[in-house]
Amino acid sequence: MILWIILIPLLGAAFNGLLFVSGLWKKVLKGDEHTEKKIVSLVGCGVVLASALISTSLFLKLLSMDPSQRQIIQELFVWIPSGSFTVSFDLLFDTLSCIMALVVTWIGFLIHVYSTGYMHDDKAYAKYFMYLNIFIFFMLILVLGNSFPLMFVGWEGVGLASYLLIGFWYENPANADAGRKAFVVNRIGDFGFLLGIFLIFFVFGSVGYQEVFGKALDPVFMSAVPAAVITAIALLLFVGAVGKSAQIPLYVWLPDAMAGPTPVSALIHAATMVTAGAYMVARCSAIFSQSVTAQTVIVTVAVLTAFLAATIALTQNDIKKVLAYSTISQLGYMFMGIGVGAYTAGLFHLVTHAFFKALLFLGSGSVIHALSGEQDIRRMGGLRKYIPTTAITFLIGTLAIAGVPLLSGFYSKDGILGQVYDRGYALHWLLALITVVMTAAYMFRLYLLTFEGKTRMTDEVRHHVHESPFSMTIPLMILAVLSIFGGYLGVPEFIGELAGIHESNLFDKFVSPAILLDNFVAAGQRLLNHVTLLILSIAAAATGIAIAFYLYSVKPGTADKIAANKNIEPLYNFSYNKWYVDELYDYIIVQPFRYLCDLAAWFDTKFIDGAVNGVANILKETALTLQAAQTGVLRSYATLMAIGALAILIFIVLWQKF
Amino acid sequence: MSGIAPEHFFVLSAILFVIGAFGVIARKNLIIVLMSLELMLNAANLAFIAFSRIHADMTGHIFMIMSITVAAAEVAVGLALVVAVYSHRDSLDIDILRMLKG
Repeated sequence: MILWIILIPLLGAAFNGLLFVSGLWKKVLKGDEHTEKKIVSLVGCGVVLASALISTSLFLKLLSMDPSQRQIIQELFVWIPSGSFTVSFDLLFDTLSCIMALVVTWIGFLIHVYSTGYMHDDKAYAKYFMYLNIFIFFMLILVLGNSFPLMFVGWEGVGLASYLLIGFWYENPANADAGRKAFVVNRIGDFGFLLGIFLIFFVFGSVGYQEVFGKALDPVFMSAVPAAVITAIALLLFVGAVGKSAQIPLYVWLPDAMAGPTPVSALIHAATMVTAGAYMVARCSAIFSQSVTAQTVIVTVAVLTAFLAATIALTQNDIKKVLAYSTISQLGYMFMGIGVGAYTAGLFHLVTHAFFKALLFLGSGSVIHALSGEQDIRRMGGLRKYIPTTAITFLIGTLAIAGVPLLSGFYSKDGILGQVYDRGYALHWLLALITVVMTAAYMFRLYLLTFEGKTRMTDEVRHHVHESPFSMTIPLMILAVLSIFGGYLGVPEFIGELAGIHESNLFDKFVSPAILLDNFVAAGQRLLNHVTLLILSIAAAATGIAIAFYLYSVKPGTADKIAANKNIEPLYNFSYNKWYVDELYDYIIVQPFRYLCDLAAWFDTKFIDGAVNGVANILKETALTLQAAQTGVLRSYATLMAIGALAILIFIVLWQKF
Repeated sequence: MSGIAPEHFFVLSAILFVIGAFGVIARKNLIIVLMSLELMLNAANLAFIAFSRIHADMTGHIFMIMSITVAAAEVAVGLALVVAVYSHRDSLDIDILRMLKG
């Protein structure tokens, strides 16, 4: 049953690929383009819907089971039998992979539907849907596989799909470069992940989840394993997560990944693939929870990532770049929760973020679609009048991500902040709180500059502005509803208690059985209680929103004046140029590598080629010289042989004499 | 037999060998060259059997029989080649047959 969730999207990709991408439909069947697009859309969206429905039915089946027994394992076949090392192709549907599968298939389905509108006039329509289905296929392998190698297959597969889709409009070299950058940067992370898997096999002697985590939770077994080894495994796996989930220092690929079509940014680079790292860490809770060092590293990296990305998002002018940095920042929040050991809080933010960030990206796609490809918010403004549905749904997404109370982002974000503080990471909490201010500020800056105020569109663009078709606005509305109400599935306990509701966190209750180990350590002393935390968090969001309103709505133009201020300008430039991280990497990694390559090329042409050609030349010259001896006269050969034999004979005789 | 000293065998063998070598070097006809070659071979055979007799060791005998067998096969192939060469080139003069000049 679980197999079909994975297989159906692959069949969809194969169908579209064989019939339409191959040109069979046009050349052999003489089909017309209109029907082609209809079939492609139907198959492309249909297979994901089928997966989503099967996932949902399995979800209902899980619900009907006893909470502690909620997992379904489907054993298919032995994939790699090799002596003592065997990898089975087994699928696992427990509460954790269930949540992931539901997010991937349902959000994926909505984005597929949206894509039928967004990509309608693209000449590679069938290819686009084939890639999207391939992505869904690999993403589901990643979350449903029951062993590390299987997760790695999915991990690499989604990387491939991401590469293909970032460079989808490859005629523009910049897009192809962005795809390559994503691929190469991810490779660094994958290398760490792979080393982590090797070390797991070395220590635990297996790569299946049940065996590895079973041993990891066995105190007798663990007493023989040095703590440093567990830390090493955790950190290596985290390197993989850093690459895939765009954390410092490997986040640089994600902003460039916006070169792909906008629905791709929504699906792969916001809602699903980039959260794979968070899923992986949560899956390995039995390992991560046993290394405080690794956890501290994760939280610190996460909070710095959240902070850094937010500062950059404040000044970007490309609507998708702002959202990209916002995604990095929000991924930082997820890792904060997961890093402190509050896995379900991090995962819940993963889910709500999938709702509102998919909504925001699709909204930005709708804006770009309406403005015939314009992405610069300096040339937008006042769009609410022209595209009201997009504007309202975008506003809902903005409110949700900013952490306005009663919306989903508020609950999931405060769940994390509360846990970070509860577990004694007060300094991290403070930095995260400052990030909340910036999040609210940059998101409202984006909203206000795009949809409010006077329009700054050119007349030509204004002439063409149109609201998107229903295929695009309906997914927006569904996601908007989810962004509002999705939060109520996982209201953090401390907020629920305030409202007098006990056991309010349904999400936590559902997912917890899949989280094998949670080393909750309450902070020794706490200065602030939960109510104060909540008030501070709401105040932070309100401050951010107020700043944005003042700068971009009440007194438009103030922001530019502040940016031009002598004292602030360097800071502004620093943020606008993304902390010069790309330049730094170029300077310390890319350029030295180029020099190394030049050196290698020089060595290759001069030494290696020189040696090879030199040997050949020597042989050639010698052969030409010795050619004269080969007369073809049999008698001269015989004479020479006789003389030679005689010479040897004389030599031997003389040798023996003296 | 007693009147024949070991030296006689070797002197005869050496004479036969040199005659053969001279034939190979000096003669132009391919068949004569082949025959001279056989003479050299048999000179060696004679030396083998002489040594075998002196040392009372059968190894020399075995070598000789082996050598004669191989020589028979070699002559068969060699003469077949000679026939083939003649049918192609209408000549067996080795000064004319010099196609292998480098």
